[in-house]
Amino acid sequence: MESQVLINEEQFALILDRLAHQLLEHHEFNETDLVGLQPRGTRVAYRLAERLSELLDGKEIRCGSLDVTFHRDDLGRRDKPIAPQENIMEFLVEDRKVILVDDVLFTGRTIRAGLDALLAYGRPKKVELAVLIDRRFKRELPIEPTYIGQQIDSISDQHVVVEWSEENKSDRVILFNAKPE
Amino acid sequence: MSNLSIKHLLGIQGLTRDDIETIFSTAAEFKEVLNRPIKKVPSLRDTTVANLFFENSTRTRLSFELAQKRLSADVVNFSAASSSVKKGETLVDTVKNILAMKVDMLVIRHPHPGAPHFLANKVNTTIVNAGDGTHEHPTQALLDSFSIREKLGQDLEGKKISIVGDIMHSRVALSNILALKLQGATVKVCGPATLIPKHMESLGVEVSHDLDETLAWADVANMLRIQLERQGEDDAISFFPSIREYTINFGLTTERLERLDKELVILHPGPINRGVEISSEIADSENAIILEQVENGVAIRMAIMYLLANR
Repeated sequence: MESQVLINEEQFALILDRLAHQLLEHHEFNETDLVGLQPRGTRVAYRLAERLSELLDGKEIRCGSLDVTFHRDDLGRRDKPIAPQENIMEFLVEDRKVILVDDVLFTGRTIRAGLDALLAYGRPKKVELAVLIDRRFKRELPIEPTYIGQQIDSISDQHVVVEWSEENKSDRVILFNAKPE
Repeated sequence: MSNLSIKHLLGIQGLTRDDIETIFSTAAEFKEVLNRPIKKVPSLRDTTVANLFFENSTRTRLSFELAQKRLSADVVNFSAASSSVKKGETLVDTVKNILAMKVDMLVIRHPHPGAPHFLANKVNTTIVNAGDGTHEHPTQALLDSFSIREKLGQDLEGKKISIVGDIMHSRVALSNILALKLQGATVKVCGPATLIPKHMESLGVEVSHDLDETLAWADVANMLRIQLERQGEDDAISFFPSIREYTINFGLTTERLERLDKELVILHPGPINRGVEISSEIADSENAIILEQVENGVAIRMAIMYLLANR
């Protein structure tokens, strides 16, 4: 299958580092929590939390991982159901600032579901969105990211996959011309 | 994750092992939802479910209704006692009328075996069997297996499960046997000869009439309820001489358990006849996971309705 590497390992590390610094510009992390969207947004969130903690002299960054499967709006409209993932939210977000984190922003529907799912844990003071990859031009909802790793112009048939060293691959982003198996 | 292979949940018969795994992994996530401060998700907000109970029920009915509400479905309840069934309406007519009011899913309990299967062929909707006569009670069997796996680990291959009591009249027993066999467990049924149907071995289970021997062998004991309503009335057949004699031979008592001197996981589908099939002390002891079963029941039913609506 035709594919190209959009972001290699070196660029990947730089982008995560830049995102961490951008977050630091706007947050002191005294009242800010990271919430990654399962499954892959969680990886970005934990990586960011780790880097932020380094930059803040070992300060603990609260990081949750939210599963939005039961909040999706496409129940019964997909060929295959989405498997629900573990939901780990060990804190409430009442009156806190929350940065939702996902790997790829495409139609915006997952983020919509994420905002809905987040409500179960209180009313945050503010919610922002950080994504590693922003596939613009294909939004189906009025949702825009606050922090962007990289913007990618691609057509809808193409597929963007983020690979992780935690999954025994190298950190990189690949663009496929068709949906990979 | 793949779709369920079924359109209705009519029984464990017809389910595949993959179906069971899909239901359990989904139920595990719903169990987490049930422990959140807000125990509700919007998954089924555009689904209307009717609960049709042609037979009495407390637990199952409440459990289904709570599961539906936690999934944000719209729910209507129907019980035969206060309905036009009393005026002679047929089952199909009743159901067709309910469906004409735009209902998407039916949960049905009926005293006649096969009633949900009959309906599935007659009407175009999703049907969940909540117990049909002495035939099957699939959601109970699934929540039993789910609860056992929480205790014994996710692999039931080779695990020894005993089902004790009134096997003949029990839909819980049949569904449990089918579900446990599907997961690779070894099953032994135990009870008085009069309460074990003929040809039981054809289901691939062992049969015993000795509770002590069965418990010594087993990792798990599922103590079924003695259906007192089938005992002692003038026109009823007596299946054993007296309740006292039943308890002596087949009741799970503290003395019996102490003699065994081992960890045994104890289940009971409820309602309990305290002091008959199980003693009060054991029912309230740590070995008994009766209330875990009830808790898991809501998560299992949420998973089933969610997955069926997902098709």
